[in-house]
Amino acid sequence: MTDATIPTARNGDGPAAKDAPLSEANAAVIKLTRKDFVSDQEVRWCPGCGDYSILAQTQKVMPDFGYAREDIVFISGIGCSGRLPYYMNTFGFHTIHGRAPTLATGLKAARPDLMVWVITGDGDALSIGGNHVLHSMRRNVDIKLVMFNNRIYGLTKGQASPTSEIGKKTKSTPAGTIDTPVMPLSIALAAEATFVARSVDTHTEHLQETLERSGRHTGSCFLEVLQNCNIFNDGAFRGFTDREVREDRMLLLKHGEPMIFGKDRDKGIQLNGLHPEVVQLGGGVSEADLLVHDERAEDPYLAYMLSRMWWPDFPVPVGVLRSVDRPTHDQLLQGQIDDALARSGPGDLEKLLHSGETWIADRA
Amino acid sequence: MTTETVPQQDQGVQELERVTIRFAGDSGDGMQLTGTQFTRTAAVFGNDISTLPDFPAEIRAPAGSLPGVSGFQLSFSSNEIHTPGDEPDVLVAMNPAALKTNLGDLPPGGALIVNQDAFTQQNLTKAGYASNPLTDGSLKKYNLFEIPVSTLNARALEGLEMTNKQVDLTKNFFALGLMFWLYERSMEPTLRWIEEKFGQKPVIAEANIRALKSGYAFGETTEIFHTHYRVPSAHLAPGVYRNVTGNEATALGFVAASKLARRPIFYGSYPITPASDILHQLSGYKEFGVRTFQAEDEIAAIGAAIGASYGGAMGMTASSGPGIALKSEAMGLAVMVELPLVVIDVQRAGPSTGMPTKTEQADLLQVLFGRNGDSPMPVVAPATPAECFDYAIEAWRIALKYMTPVVYLSDAFLATGSEPWRIPDVADLPNIEVDNHTDRATFQPYARDPETLARPWAVPGTAGLEHRIGGLEKADITGNVSYDPENHHRMQTLRAQKVAGIARDIPHLQVFGPSAGDLLILGWGSTYGAIRSAAERLQAQGHAVAHAHLRHLNPFPVNIEDVLRSYRRVLIPEVNLGQLLMLIRARFLIDAVGLDKVRGKPFRIAEIEEEALRLLDTRRTP
Repeated sequence: MTDATIPTARNGDGPAAKDAPLSEANAAVIKLTRKDFVSDQEVRWCPGCGDYSILAQTQKVMPDFGYAREDIVFISGIGCSGRLPYYMNTFGFHTIHGRAPTLATGLKAARPDLMVWVITGDGDALSIGGNHVLHSMRRNVDIKLVMFNNRIYGLTKGQASPTSEIGKKTKSTPAGTIDTPVMPLSIALAAEATFVARSVDTHTEHLQETLERSGRHTGSCFLEVLQNCNIFNDGAFRGFTDREVREDRMLLLKHGEPMIFGKDRDKGIQLNGLHPEVVQLGGGVSEADLLVHDERAEDPYLAYMLSRMWWPDFPVPVGVLRSVDRPTHDQLLQGQIDDALARSGPGDLEKLLHSGETWIADRA
Repeated sequence: MTTETVPQQDQGVQELERVTIRFAGDSGDGMQLTGTQFTRTAAVFGNDISTLPDFPAEIRAPAGSLPGVSGFQLSFSSNEIHTPGDEPDVLVAMNPAALKTNLGDLPPGGALIVNQDAFTQQNLTKAGYASNPLTDGSLKKYNLFEIPVSTLNARALEGLEMTNKQVDLTKNFFALGLMFWLYERSMEPTLRWIEEKFGQKPVIAEANIRALKSGYAFGETTEIFHTHYRVPSAHLAPGVYRNVTGNEATALGFVAASKLARRPIFYGSYPITPASDILHQLSGYKEFGVRTFQAEDEIAAIGAAIGASYGGAMGMTASSGPGIALKSEAMGLAVMVELPLVVIDVQRAGPSTGMPTKTEQADLLQVLFGRNGDSPMPVVAPATPAECFDYAIEAWRIALKYMTPVVYLSDAFLATGSEPWRIPDVADLPNIEVDNHTDRATFQPYARDPETLARPWAVPGTAGLEHRIGGLEKADITGNVSYDPENHHRMQTLRAQKVAGIARDIPHLQVFGPSAGDLLILGWGSTYGAIRSAAERLQAQGHAVAHAHLRHLNPFPVNIEDVLRSYRRVLIPEVNLGQLLMLIRARFLIDAVGLDKVRGKPFRIAEIEEEALRLLDTRRTP
């Protein structure tokens, strides 16, 4: 391996970047299709699992980034989500429980030229691997972390997870869990992630679009995908994600646009003091009174407020909550190496070994 | 002793072969610095040296208290030496607590230099003295020198704009200056060090210079010491030398390995005593492309290292026992995915947090067996601080050639102890370069090299080599997930065979002394010096005793059994309760005898010598 360098032709995030190739060198590769990203391994999730959709959308958006297959790496932890790398015809590493972000951090530090995805679940990312999510996000490691949130431990056959609702009865909590669940996106924001988003397994178009946005972000990305486990927690999100109700119970975030939702686009989110409030448009409330989404706001307050909103009190926000730019971990690391090289030139081993106080023994 | 009792005509120079000095004082007294300065000076002069820093885990325990005592022992000689000395010839005690905790090691007649000013009622009480040992006659059997170090030093610094406290902080250099005079050592290296260190702070620099020089002048002009001593330079093998601690040599060895393998280092680490210094040092080598990463925890440190190795870099992580426990699951992953990785364990006294700054070699079984499943990993262990350089390279040679994680076992004594190191010629270092696999026609993720059984290193970015690896059992050749019972058995066997096969690629176990005889003393790691010296003494007494020292703990050298069976008895001294002993007995059904010492201190030569004599004696009596 030659010393890897940071690709410089990378675009920033944001709508303008959407159609531009990520790297000029990679743009030259033969146009790939979804099929190129399907591996020869038989997919072994339960029939009807939401993971199928996430896999399909992931394979679908992959050609758009302009990366050659060999320059893309999928790293996963343990859980049902952890199997995804086996089904992607890229480089893949199915690691150990909760630790995928650590391997991704080391890989990205050594190889800034690669596009690195981390595939994880609610237990993997927020329970056993919580510490690594916190630190990979705050370091702004350039990884696209996709967390499948099904609010249950599926692979171990149905125990409560850190996102399970309080009181939930599971095999491990027959009298109901007594643990308050965490809000994954609130954690990502508190951890200083530079890109925070949410989508839903069954909303294929939105999922595709959000995966696309995630892939184009440079820096730490935390994408939560609400995913149905039809065996151990069936219908966990149906109350607001079903086709018939979703428009009234979910808030589709669009940068620069007022927060309007509802089948008839007649409801909105207004700020009342420090609190969000659902309001009916008309009768004295106009679009101008509503909160306008700003995913690029430097301060995280608006994004944090959105991360706390949940049905039935509020429509559940989906889309990009936050997308800001900050130098990435690998850029800063390489920067320090470049500085040292500029200061003293490439390291000379002979000189290094003889540094400090030396003396010569010449008597036989 | 007072000046009146010393006849002036006794003033002279006496030549000695070897001197062992111990500096002891409060952790705030700068004893480690004092010891290090004396060491450098003796090293540059050309003595052979060996050092033993001994400091508390508390950064600043209450001043004057027994737990706050910090010590530094160094031995310097005109002959080759292997240990920092069993007992000091000179003890410098900067306060009553230091006297109390260290006096037991000073033999009768030994020189005892104390800072008289520190023997106040308050300090005596803190150290638990009912009466003042300087006046109650309890120190009669020693050669006592009472020197008002604080007062003399303060007088020398008069006129400088410093607080009393600042002035007091320099008294260690007064003591150092005095020792330089006593042992005819030049102040130059330390004066240069002061210039470099305090160049920006002229007052502090001046204070330290004055303290050092006045200590020296005190020795020269007063008549307290009727003799001073000279230890001629040693007959070391010709070459360029520098003094190194084990941790320094380890870091240098890794940088060298990176140059030899033409791959960048990625070093993931979480701060832990006594391994942190390797991180500190490597973080300063950015011009060598070294990427250091202070991780959020031990697990992230090794996870990131594995990720870097997966990407084609030289991923490394270091810790001590408690951190190795946390890394165990990831070490198993590295075994399963067969990626090169070096895991450094700088052992300290355990279990649990144990005694973090004290030495022990009790993680051997942990690194060999402390993982789920049969999980074979090669283990190398340097024997001396200077050897740490060679075994850092050796660890990487094995890791790269065999595509395997390797454990590098050091310990607190090796890590912080120092000795002269003959700097090798870069051209003489081994070539450890390994190519990435790039040929897509022949690529199978778990196809193996017929000789080494290593799988190919196929790094991301290599077109046509896209594949998936992970902790699930791999199908032989293809590397796909497999639950086939026959395959699992085959893969377990292959992993074991791969590591066992390294035995063909490592040096034979060498024997110091007769190739057969009454007793073999077998050791590993930092016990080397004490065992070697004991063997030398026993051989000089005419005993058929040999010493063999293992640097490869897994696999063992191929001739180990032959060596063991060439002696009537085998003695295995270890700073644990018999871990190598258990391995040797289990593997070879040999009735080896252990000598264990787990006191947070290295063996003394005499302890090994005594036990060896006992065994030799048992043989004679029916």
